[in-house]
Amino acid sequence: MKKIIYAGAFVALMAAGNAEAQIGQPWIHDPATLTFSDGKWWTFGTGGGGICTEDGWTWMVDKRIKTGAGAAPDVVKIGDRYLIGYSSTGGGLGGGHEGHVLTRWNLSLDPSSPVFNYSEPIEVASSKYDEDCDAIDIGFLLDPTSGRLFITYGTYFGNIRQVELDPKTGGRLEGAVDKDVAIDCEASVMMYEDGWYYLLGTHGTCCDGVNSTYNIVVGRSRNPEGPFIDNVGRDMLEGGGRMVIAAGNRKTGAGHFGRTIIDEGVQIMSCHFEADYDRSARSVLDVRPLLWRNNWPVAGEHFKEGVYSIESERRGYSLELEVDFVRQQVERANHWNMDPAEPYKSLEVQKLEDVIDTWPKGNTTVRCSDYMFRPHQKWQITAVPEAGGYLSDPYFKITIAGTNRALAATADLELETVPEYTGADNQLWRIEQLTDGTYRIMPKQIPGKEGDNTKYCIYSQSDSNPTLAKYDFHSDNSKWNFRQH
Amino acid sequence: MRKLATIGCLLTVVFGLHAQDLTLEDYFAPVPAKAEAVSPDNDGFIRRWMLLEPISKPNRGNTVFTDSYLRAAFDTVYYKDQKTMLPKDGQKVKVVVPIEQKPKAEAAPMDFRRFQPLPQIPTKMTLKWHALDSKRFNVKLYRFATGLNLQKYGVIFHAVTVVYADDDMQVRLAVGSNSASMWWLNGEEVLLLSGDRRMVKDDATSRRITLKKGANILRGNIINGPGMSDFCVRFIDEAGNPVKNIQVNVK
Repeated sequence: MKKIIYAGAFVALMAAGNAEAQIGQPWIHDPATLTFSDGKWWTFGTGGGGICTEDGWTWMVDKRIKTGAGAAPDVVKIGDRYLIGYSSTGGGLGGGHEGHVLTRWNLSLDPSSPVFNYSEPIEVASSKYDEDCDAIDIGFLLDPTSGRLFITYGTYFGNIRQVELDPKTGGRLEGAVDKDVAIDCEASVMMYEDGWYYLLGTHGTCCDGVNSTYNIVVGRSRNPEGPFIDNVGRDMLEGGGRMVIAAGNRKTGAGHFGRTIIDEGVQIMSCHFEADYDRSARSVLDVRPLLWRNNWPVAGEHFKEGVYSIESERRGYSLELEVDFVRQQVERANHWNMDPAEPYKSLEVQKLEDVIDTWPKGNTTVRCSDYMFRPHQKWQITAVPEAGGYLSDPYFKITIAGTNRALAATADLELETVPEYTGADNQLWRIEQLTDGTYRIMPKQIPGKEGDNTKYCIYSQSDSNPTLAKYDFHSDNSKWNFRQH
Repeated sequence: MRKLATIGCLLTVVFGLHAQDLTLEDYFAPVPAKAEAVSPDNDGFIRRWMLLEPISKPNRGNTVFTDSYLRAAFDTVYYKDQKTMLPKDGQKVKVVVPIEQKPKAEAAPMDFRRFQPLPQIPTKMTLKWHALDSKRFNVKLYRFATGLNLQKYGVIFHAVTVVYADDDMQVRLAVGSNSASMWWLNGEEVLLLSGDRRMVKDDATSRRITLKKGANILRGNIINGPGMSDFCVRFIDEAGNPVKNIQVNVK
C-alpha cells in the first residue's frame, strides 16, 4: 500500500513538472516568433537550431531546419510567403561588432514541403566594427493598421535601431533611414495592440546559465516609429522599460520575446529561459499566455494543477455537480446574546465522505450555483501530458476532488460528469488564459465531431446552466475563473 | 542590375550615417579653461565632468560585480589622494595597479558572445584627467576611452564634478550606470550600483542627502568588463523631479 502511495506521488510530481514546461526537445536559444506552416508550429534559434511541434506542447528538434547561419532569427508571414530574417555577428560584447542583417523568402517553413525553397538573401542592415550598434537580433513587425513592415535590430553594444522594409521585396524601403529607438537592449521586437505600438527588448545578463539575469522589458508609443516610453515616462533610449517577464519557476534568463495571436483574446508569448533547473540547466523554449493590463503586456503563467472552484465570469457562480445541497448542522449562537469570554471553536468543513453516498452513481449533469466550498464544487485539475496539448499547456482532466468523476463534453454540446475518468478525448480540456486574465475552457474533442475542437467552450447559457457554445471573447458567458478559496 | 546598383548606392548612403569613425568630439566638448559653472540640462542631468583616463582592471565579463568585489575594487588605492583630490584639466597621476588584480578564471561566461581576451595588466601607468562636457545626457565612457585610443574593456573610470548650491538642499542622487558604480558626495559614500548593470535613467537613488550651500564634490567610480560603458547622473527632489537650480563645474 505504501509503495502504491509512493508511486502515486511520483506520478503526480512528474505530471506537475510537465505542466510547467513544454515537453519533448524544446531546446533553443533566441527563439524566433512561433509561426504556423504545413500543420506545424516552428521556431528557429541562434546557431541554426530549429524546433517544431504538431500539437503545440511536444517539441522536437529538426536538424534539417536552416534559417541561415548566425544569430537570433525571426519570421513573419506576409500573404502566402514567409519572410525570414537572420544575422551574423562579429563576436559579441568583447568582440567585433560588424553585424549584417539579412532577409529571405520561403513558401514554407517545412523542409519536407515541395515548395520549400529559399530566395537569395538580401542585406537590410549592417554595422561597422565600432559604431554604436551591433546589427544582429532582427525582429519584425507587420503593422496590421497600415501594412508597413518594420524591423528592429541591435544588442547591448550601443543602440537598438529600427528601419522600414518593403513588404513586397523584403528589402529596405526606398529612402528608409535607420533610427535609434532604444539603448542597452538585445533581442528587440515590436508588436501592435489596441492603438499602441510596443517595443520589447531584453535586459540583464545574457548567456550565464543559471546566473543569467536576462529579462524582458517593454515600452510603448502611439507611433510605430516611437519614441517608446515606459510606465514611468522613461524613453527606452534612456534605458526605460517595464518588466514583462524575468526568472521564476526554477528557470532563469527570460529572453527573446515573440507574440503569437491564437484567436481573438487568446495570445501567447514565446521566449527562452537560459537555464531550466529541471533540465540540466539547458536553454529551453517557454510558451505561455500573454495578458494585457491597462494596455501593458503581462506574462501569464502556465496553468497550475490543483483543486479549484470554477467560477463563471458572467455571474460569479461556481460549477458544481447537480446533486443535493447537504446542509451542515452546526450549533448557532444568537449574535445579540454572545458570551465574550467563550473561546472560538474551529468548525470542520463538509467532507467528501459526508456526502458522496448521496450522489448518483452514474453520469451526472453539472450546473452553476453559489460557491460554498462544498465537495461537489471542488474540482481537481490535473495535467495529462501523455495526451499532448496546445501551445501554452498540456491537456487537463477535470475531476471532482477526491474522486475519478470527470467532466466531459457530450455529443449534443452539453456537459456532464462520468463516474470514472477514462482518458477519452471528450474528457480532456484545453484551459487557456485570455488576454483579460479570465480563462476559456474547451474540450479537446466533442463526440461525433471530427478533429480537435477549436471553437466550442464551456459557456454560461444562463447564470445557473453551463453548456458548450462557440467561443466569443466579447461575451462574459465564454469566460471562467479558477479560484482557490 | 541597374536597380541593384541603385539599391547598393542607397544602402551605402544610408549606412554611412552610422558608419563614420566616431571621435571624442562626437560625444564630448572640452571645458574651456576659464569656463563659468553651468546648469544641469533640462532634465537635470549633470554633463560637466572631470574624467580620468581608464585604469586597467581586466574582467572577462561583468558578472563578478558583487557588492564585496566592488568595495574591494573601489577601495584599492591606485594613486595618491584618490578619494580627496580635486583634479585640474590635464593633471597627470601615477597609477599603480596591484599585481594581484588578476581576474578569476571562473569569471568568464561560457558563451562565445561575451568572451574577450584578457589584456596584459600594466602595473604602472601615468593617466591624465580631462575636463569634458558630454553632448548627451549620459556620459559615454566607452567613447571617452576609444576617442583617446585607450583601453576600453576591463577598466575602472574615475569621475569628479563640483556641484554648487545656493542653499542647503535635501535631495537624492539618481544614477544609471553601465556597468557597476559607486558614488560619494563630499567624501561620504552615498550609492552603490552592483551587478551587471545597464545604463537606465534613475536606476538607483541614494537615501535623502544634503547638498550643502556652496561647493559639493561628487565623485564616481564606474567599472566595466566587455561592452560599452556610460553613466547618467542627476539629483532629484522629494517628489522625484529633477533638481535644476544648481550649478556645475570642474573646479
